[in-house]
Amino acid sequence: MPGRARILLWSAVIALLILLPPVAEALKQTFYIDLLRRVMIFAIAAASLNLILGYGGMISFGHAAYLGIGAYAVGILAFHGVDSGWMQWGTAIAASAVVAAVIGAVSIRTSGIYFIMITLAFTQMLYYLGMSLEVYGRDDGMRIKTHSQFWGLIDLADPVSFYYLVLALMLASLYLVHRLANSRFGMVLRAAKSNEARSRAIGFSPYLYRLAAFVIAGALCGLAGALLANHTAYISPDFMHWTRSGEIMFMVILGGIATTAGPLFGAFTLLVLETLLAGWTEHWQVYLGPLLILSVIFFRRGLAGILPGARDA
Amino acid sequence: MSGALLEARGLRKSFGALRASDGIDFDVLEGETHAVIGPNGAGKTTFISQLSGDLRPDAGSIRFSGEDVTALRAPARSRMGFARSFQITSIYREFTALENVALAVQAHAGHSFRFWKPARSERALRDPARAILDEVGLGARAEVIAANLAHGEQRQLEVAMALATKPRLLLLDEPVAGMGNDETQRMVTFLASLKGRQTIILVEHDMDAVFSLADRISVLVYGRIIATGSPQEIRVNAEVRRAYLGEDA
Ligand SMILES: Nc1ncnc2c1ncn2[C@@H]1O[C@H](COP(=O)(O)OP(=O)(O)OP(=O)(O)O)[C@@H](O)[C@H]1O
Ligand SMILES: [Mg+2]
Repeated sequence: MPGRARILLWSAVIALLILLPPVAEALKQTFYIDLLRRVMIFAIAAASLNLILGYGGMISFGHAAYLGIGAYAVGILAFHGVDSGWMQWGTAIAASAVVAAVIGAVSIRTSGIYFIMITLAFTQMLYYLGMSLEVYGRDDGMRIKTHSQFWGLIDLADPVSFYYLVLALMLASLYLVHRLANSRFGMVLRAAKSNEARSRAIGFSPYLYRLAAFVIAGALCGLAGALLANHTAYISPDFMHWTRSGEIMFMVILGGIATTAGPLFGAFTLLVLETLLAGWTEHWQVYLGPLLILSVIFFRRGLAGILPGARDA
Repeated sequence: MSGALLEARGLRKSFGALRASDGIDFDVLEGETHAVIGPNGAGKTTFISQLSGDLRPDAGSIRFSGEDVTALRAPARSRMGFARSFQITSIYREFTALENVALAVQAHAGHSFRFWKPARSERALRDPARAILDEVGLGARAEVIAANLAHGEQRQLEVAMALATKPRLLLLDEPVAGMGNDETQRMVTFLASLKGRQTIILVEHDMDAVFSLADRISVLVYGRIIATGSPQEIRVNAEVRRAYLGEDA
């Protein structure tokens, strides 16, 4: 039952995103293609976090781990001469899923502040692992010389082709999370978030469902990591820094928790704001913090909450 | 006699030095409504929580339909046929009444690793849920967000969720607590309509409700059951009058 407002909103969003590259090229502002591609990659990461944080109530403060694993999978394989995108991205997704399964298996047994701390601790471990990998550039990171290759089907070195691939993957990701959240599986997650005692009393054991959600979210964020590595042609431990986890979390909250469109709005607003402020003053971070806090106070339900058509359940 | 559906033996549960359950032996017969009464802090909720699997007893055993279920947690006991309502209303506040009950139906409709089809439009979940809402008298309120229901309606909804799991044993912890007269009357009438086809353990302070619904009554004081009997027997039991009913009279 998609209401008219929702159809209108999504048509507008998709049309704008499709039209952006030709318009930017005509105006010789190709920088925006780059910016929006980055926005959409982070929207995938934020959508994956939204599944466990927004719908599942699991406050994972370590989601950048999967961004890092996905990016390193691409970078490391490329370093060793494996250019196949199928291999690279497949590895990125699988490795992220496996790590998410391990982190999830440990952390989901806890809740509240413990859950936050454990997910943070695991990600810090991975961050320091990245810092210590001599061959792969330690804290400097390393360049990736060739983009992922897909049998010549698509050339990621072409910024516009890559842009449209990211657009397609982002829309698919948002739709995937939307379907998951409204399936029986998603209802179990949301119910356990709403009232765990009630869930257990009617016969749900939330653990395995939460773990499955955690793994799916990790895998999806791993894909975002693989895209990010191609986007920057570069990997570094900074991808896994805790501030990065915080940023993704902020995108989810700012955009509107447990909404389909929220992660895209959140990623867009945060990254565009960052870019604007950075162009204005070098102390942009000083302004960004308070702005974000105000926006959260002002838009209690996130940006999706103020746009008719985006406030889906 | 069809025998006991549930048998609790020697249940003990302490919170620090406080013995909330101090060796409770308790039976429920198939089909009966067995009320548990007792003063505030007597340990009624603690007792119910051990039956439902929310609390682990320090000692003692619980048999359900002949099987030892002492080690099972709440979800497993629910799947065996236990269902409970909580003293403090426990529902999914941000979901509609229908979604609340549909979730209870879903919990007993096989595993939920179904990732694609929208659950809210599944007839297999909605239809039974709607039927139960109609049965408890909430049919007209199906699409209302649970948090926006009146207090009495929320308590009805919780009972509806419990019933949606098709329980063999219904544990009700003060189902009419905080209700007005009309609401109480409606709930009592509804519970009376379940009599015979539903086995119930009823914890309740409202003595009119207890004496009109119970087949048997057990009196719990300081973690011990001091008497069990028919409503008539309990009404005239001297020890009970002294320990408990006397306070009301
Ligand atoms: N989790 C707990 N930790 C510590 N003490 C507890 C806990 N739960 C219950 N108690 C104590 O155990 C005693 C029995 O509590 P319980 O809630 O079972 O009583 P009750 O008979 O249900 O009372 P009421 O009629 O007020 O609902 C009380 O003194 C209570 O304070
Ligand atoms: Mg109580």
